[in-house]
Amino acid sequence: MTKIVVVTSGKGGVGKTTTSAALATGLALRGFKTTVIDFDVGLRNLDLIMGCERRVVYDLVNVINGDANIKQALIKDKKVDNLFILPASQTRDKDALTQEGVEGVFRALREDMQMDYIICDSPAGIEKGALMAAYFADEAVVVTNPEVSSVRDSDRMIGILASKTRHAEEGKGDIPARLLLTRYSPERVEKGEMLSVEDVQEILAIELLGVVPESQAVLNASNAGSPVILDTDSDAGQAYSDAVARFLGDQLPHRFTTVNKKGLFGRLFGG
Amino acid sequence: MTAVVEEKSVIEFKGRMLMMTVLQLRTLDASQLHQEISQRLEDAAQWLQEAPVVIDIHSDLEIDHVNLMPAVDTLRNLGVNLVALARTDRIDIDTASTLGLGTLSLAGGRDVPRRTEPVADTSAQGASQQSERVETMVVEQPVRSGQQVYSRGDMIVLAPVSTGAELMAEGNIHVYSNLRGRALAGVRGDSSARIFCQQLNAELVSIAGHYRVAEDLPDAHRNQPVHLSLQGEAMHFTALK
Repeated sequence: MTKIVVVTSGKGGVGKTTTSAALATGLALRGFKTTVIDFDVGLRNLDLIMGCERRVVYDLVNVINGDANIKQALIKDKKVDNLFILPASQTRDKDALTQEGVEGVFRALREDMQMDYIICDSPAGIEKGALMAAYFADEAVVVTNPEVSSVRDSDRMIGILASKTRHAEEGKGDIPARLLLTRYSPERVEKGEMLSVEDVQEILAIELLGVVPESQAVLNASNAGSPVILDTDSDAGQAYSDAVARFLGDQLPHRFTTVNKKGLFGRLFGG
Repeated sequence: MTAVVEEKSVIEFKGRMLMMTVLQLRTLDASQLHQEISQRLEDAAQWLQEAPVVIDIHSDLEIDHVNLMPAVDTLRNLGVNLVALARTDRIDIDTASTLGLGTLSLAGGRDVPRRTEPVADTSAQGASQQSERVETMVVEQPVRSGQQVYSRGDMIVLAPVSTGAELMAEGNIHVYSNLRGRALAGVRGDSSARIFCQQLNAELVSIAGHYRVAEDLPDAHRNQPVHLSLQGEAMHFTALK
């Protein structure tokens, strides 16, 4: 049964594309046939983060318009088996997206390509592109920075997810939405400069999927065109790996949420 | 389990991106069509007779199986290169095949900015042949990501072309700067079209529909001054000194 997951936030620049790339890669590594789709028509960047920008011929809008079929447009990832990317168009804009068109793409991925998971990398905002990415979703991952404007925008998005999805319109209620808190810095939280996990959860009141620490590994990953989850030594990579496990039902304690306090031995001997 | 016999395939499917002309009919009256089109053919014979044409029946017109035939025959007899009927809720594959035509959905089409059809110079009555020369488009500003530029002739770009930008020309493309976007030359099928650039970093290059993506560009020519041409079906890269 194919599952469609939307990665959304409301606020821009919080880590949706980084998360979509990591989540899709993590699922593929665990053997699920996964496609990640860039819904940011006109401002494509998923292909850069996935490292396939030099192999783009056709895109989501080409498939919607019938210029190409899904097999021609999907790019097979070179690093990970079972992983496919459907890039966005750079020359069109969100008006090129239609509900029937998007539904057709999902149908093709489900029936012709037998995908287990379809990850939709939503654009920022709450207009057509973001709504289209969320409309057919079975689940949502809401990416939020521990910062007041991001939290407020995520709250708005969660409200929209409760009413503007096909699930909601068919009277099936809201789709499960889980929180992914990104760019978290326990040191700043301790100093009172940043919202804590508890603060954010109190406002948003949705289940916590994971906490990803602020990390230099994210920029390195984006420059290398390799999703950060593949950087298994990094804190961010490990946090995403934990998040994927929780996404699939494992109960794991949340790491990287407290300041690393060095004991006496730690300070004497380093490390 | 039946044995599988390996046979060399007698066919090959090839992907091509092609430009088509849409001819919208606002009447199905054969004599009106004959008059107007033969008039236009006088002005632009070669272009109109070679351009592959998709017929789009205007939504205000009443269609039945009977009245489409005379219109289509008229166009055929005038030498218009008919390929297909535009697929709508009133026109399907069966309707088209009785007329000897295929069908195409226009939904994918991108409007291509085109100059008005070549008009005969009425002052010089002696000139019977329409000159084939189409102006070269010269672009002096950087072509930004998401922008598309189309030329009916050659195109010359004097500034960088960003990733995500698209250059399309029926003729040749010259980029006297860094080409990072897409360049499609000979888009109407001219396989003699060429692409020239000072720094080859293109996302995709294409000549008359034969394309190569960035990954498949020869390493020796990356970021170098290069001249691309089509020899048969193969793309040739020549270093420019």
